[in-house]
This record gives sequence, structure tokens and C-alpha cells, in this order.
Amino acid sequence: MERTPVVSGWFSGDGDDFRLLGTRCRACGSVFFPRADAFCRNPSCDGTELDQTPLSRTGTVWSYTDSRYRPPAPYPCDPEAPWEPFTVLAVELAAERMVVLGQAAPDVTTADLAVGMAVELVPGVLHRDAERVWGTWHWRPTGVAV
Amino acid sequence: MTGDIAVLGAGLHPWGKWGRNFVEYGTAAARAALADAQLDWRDAQLVVGADTVRGGYPGHVAGAAFAQALGWQGARVSSVYAACASGAQAINTARAQILAGMVDVALVVGADAAPKGFFAPAGGDRPDDPDWLRFRVLGATNPVYFGLYARRRMARYGDTPQDFAQVKVKNAAAGAVNPNARYRKAVSAEEVAASPVVADPLRLLDICATSDGGAALVLSSMAFARRRGVAPVRIRAVSTVTPRYPRTALDLPDFATDSAAAVPPPEVGFRASIAAAAYEEAGTGPADLDLAEVYDLSTALELEWYEDVGLCPAGEGAKLLREGATALGGRVPVNPSGGLASFGEAVPAQAIAQVCELTWQLRGQAGGRQVPGARCGLAANQGLFGHGAAVIAVR
Repeated sequence: MERTPVVSGWFSGDGDDFRLLGTRCRACGSVFFPRADAFCRNPSCDGTELDQTPLSRTGTVWSYTDSRYRPPAPYPCDPEAPWEPFTVLAVELAAERMVVLGQAAPDVTTADLAVGMAVELVPGVLHRDAERVWGTWHWRPTGVAV
Repeated sequence: MTGDIAVLGAGLHPWGKWGRNFVEYGTAAARAALADAQLDWRDAQLVVGADTVRGGYPGHVAGAAFAQALGWQGARVSSVYAACASGAQAINTARAQILAGMVDVALVVGADAAPKGFFAPAGGDRPDDPDWLRFRVLGATNPVYFGLYARRRMARYGDTPQDFAQVKVKNAAAGAVNPNARYRKAVSAEEVAASPVVADPLRLLDICATSDGGAALVLSSMAFARRRGVAPVRIRAVSTVTPRYPRTALDLPDFATDSAAAVPPPEVGFRASIAAAAYEEAGTGPADLDLAEVYDLSTALELEWYEDVGLCPAGEGAKLLREGATALGGRVPVNPSGGLASFGEAVPAQAIAQVCELTWQLRGQAGGRQVPGARCGLAANQGLFGHGAAVIAVR
């Protein structure tokens, strides 16, 4: 089944080409994620032309945690299935000088992580229901086999 | 500096899980505040409601809901929503109208009836709402953000889960002697450590509950207070700042910080700027504080506030705690009310309740949790989406 992005326009590509998509202001060079398409949010810039720009594929762990309890709607999950905690990472991207959140790949627990560790972006599945596979982005320590 | 306004009355409906309509809690608190001020509701020329949110809009549009419950009397009305900072903004709305000479006496009310469990966004399919999206895409409940901050402190400053537990122990001890608190018993570090992990490294007893409750203040011009011959607690400053770009600290409900690649980050970060603006307006500083009420959504977050309101340098919050400086009897007690740890959060009421506590402390009416000789207090909080708020009250 083909993956439907959980949000359209936030990421694209396959395998090593998978990237989060931000935008960059043509006037001041500021980068935005989630994307800003109409107006630059730098208060000293009047820019209105922003180009889509892929964000760095790799970064370092700024912090991490997990969700031991089921989040409420609209988090997509099967309420009948036993709850499996997921891990959340905040990842610092050096070139963009920003921190971006994301869930960890499903096999990654907080015990596998440390602040400052190198991680990479990989395509992931948020949820499968009868009609669709919802695609998202995941972070995973670099050099770990799929 | 701006002028002072007077706090003539403060009132709370006790926090708990009562299962009744929020208007009832707010009305009870308003009546208590009016009685404390020895004023009749019909003397209030302005009612400001801090709004609760139901179904994606401010439910019952709070200012008028309280005015109707108290009995329509024609007062001006204002309704304010700023998430956790709603109460502080409601106070500031009243203050601005008092200082502008538009009204002499204002009633400020906030109340909520919180649902069980995690706070959740309004229903429906709303992908244009960042608060809806963070639940949808990340499953990022509020404790997920609190867990990220806590882990970051451990890595950066060497804080430990034992430090976090000690914040709960301290606040529970204060809340145990506060008749308005929801949780009124001492908690041990062992009990914190035995509670289940919610968002690693934080456990259930590290994270504030969601509560029902109501809080109200009667505020007036200094001239009105003088005519009544009272020497009231005064509100000297209210900070309602937003962040400066680029905002480099991760906040609810954001997916990312601003990028600092093109524009360097401001010298003072957002959270530190909240109290700084209040100090500047009041002409005071952290050394003048006798006590502070800060928004301890989690135990680890309370340590961050110590640093952000200037009680100690960055990274030394846990040291200040370990020294006992922020406990009752310490140099500058923090959350002598028991804080959110003992109350749980009733969102639009909470920042007003903080100022009620400052009022009672500065009047010397705080009973078993009294900070002796308190003359200057700070209340600080932060509402998601970038609503900063801090209040400085003096006697």
C-alpha cells in the first residue's frame, strides 16, 4: 500500500534522499520548518518569496523522551491494541541552527539515546488503518541497520 | 515605570475534581474576593474573564458568563484567552483600564473544569492548527515537552531525578497546609520514585494534574483605595511579553525552534525576558523578592524558573533547591502556595490564583505557609504559543 503523508509538503523522497522540507526566504536567508510560504517571519525582513529547501538529513540529539501512555485524539492509533510507548527526539541541525522534533524509529528506546548523539532522518510509518498507511519522518541513531 | 494599582480583594474556590460547571467555581471565587474587598458586585465597573476553552473557542465567553452568574449589572466586560497566561492577561486588561482612568474598580475572574487525563486539542480535522498537529503527527502531549526539557537539564547541568523529586517534596509540604490546594498531604521522595514514568525521565508525581478551580481578584485605582482608607497590596508590574526572533527555545506546541542561521539569537531568551520585563517595569530585581510563585507544570520546570526569574545563574537551579533556599523557611520561598504540584492546573484560574497567594503572603494572612515579613513577590507563568506573563506585587 502506498504511503500517504500525515502532512503534505513537510517531507519527501525515499531512502537516503528522504528529507524534511522547509522554506528559505530569498531576501534574508532565514529557514522555516514547518514551512512558511507566504511571508518571512524575521521581523526585520519584508520578504514574501520563499523557496522550498530540504533540511539537513543528520543532526545531534538535543534531548529525548517517550510517551508511556496513549496520547489522546487526533493521534492515530488502534484503541483496541495494547499501548506500545514511542520515543520522541529533539534534534539539533547544525547548518540550520534549529531544533526539530520527531518520533524515533520504532525500535529505538530512550535507553539507546544520549544527548549529543548523531542521528539521521528516515522515512517511517505513523499508523496503518484499513484504507491507508500514514507516512511520517523518524529519527534514528546513525549507522544502525534498517 | 507605570503606576500601581490596588488589590482590594482575593478569593479562590478550592481546587479539586468537583465535576461541576466552571461558572460556579468562578462565581464562588468572585463572591469571596468581593467579600474580602468589602465591596458589592454592583461596585465593579469592569468584569474581566480569563477564558476556558471548549470545542476550540473560549467556552461560554467567560467575562459575560461570570457577569450573568453574578447578576447583570451593566459593567464593562472583557474576555481574555492566552492559554496558561490567560489569568495574567486578564489582570493586565483590568490594570490598563484602571491606569487609563476608564474604571476605578474591576473584578477579574478565571475558572475551569478540566477533563480527565491529558489536555487534548479540540476535535475535528484541523491541520492548520499547530496544537492539533502536534498531537496528530507526534503524539506530543504536554508531558512529552516537559520530559524533553527535563532530560536536557540532566545532560546539560547534571540535574538528577532525585532533584526533580525534591521539588515535589518541597511543594507538597507547602500545599499540605494550604486549605485551597487539591493535594494536601506530604509526599516523600520514595513516593515520587515509585510513581509510574509518564514521559522519561518524568514520573506521574513530577507532572502537575489538571484540576477544577476558580480564582478572582478585586482591583482598583490607588485613589479609590485611599478614599476607602486602606493600605492595600499593590500590583506594580505586569509583563505580557512575546518572544524575540529567532526564538531558539523549543516550546509547546511547536515542531521546531526558529532557525538562528540567518539572524543571531537575542541575548536574553524568551523565558528570562518574561521576568526581566516585569522587573524593569517595577524598578526592582530578583534580589528584592521575598517569595515567588512560578509555573511548575513539572518539577524540572520549576528549577528552570529559578534561573529564568534570576534567583540563581543558569544551571544552578538544583543547587538552590538543595540548599533549601526555595523551601518555606528558606531565603526566597518558591511556590509557598504548594504550586501546581499541589493544585493541579485549572488553566484560566491559575495565574490569578498565583496573585491571590502573593496578596495573602504580602498581607501576612497565609497561615502555616506564611513567608515572614514578605514585602515583594513575583508570579511568573507562560502560556503556549508564546504568551509570557509575570506579575510583581508589593506591600
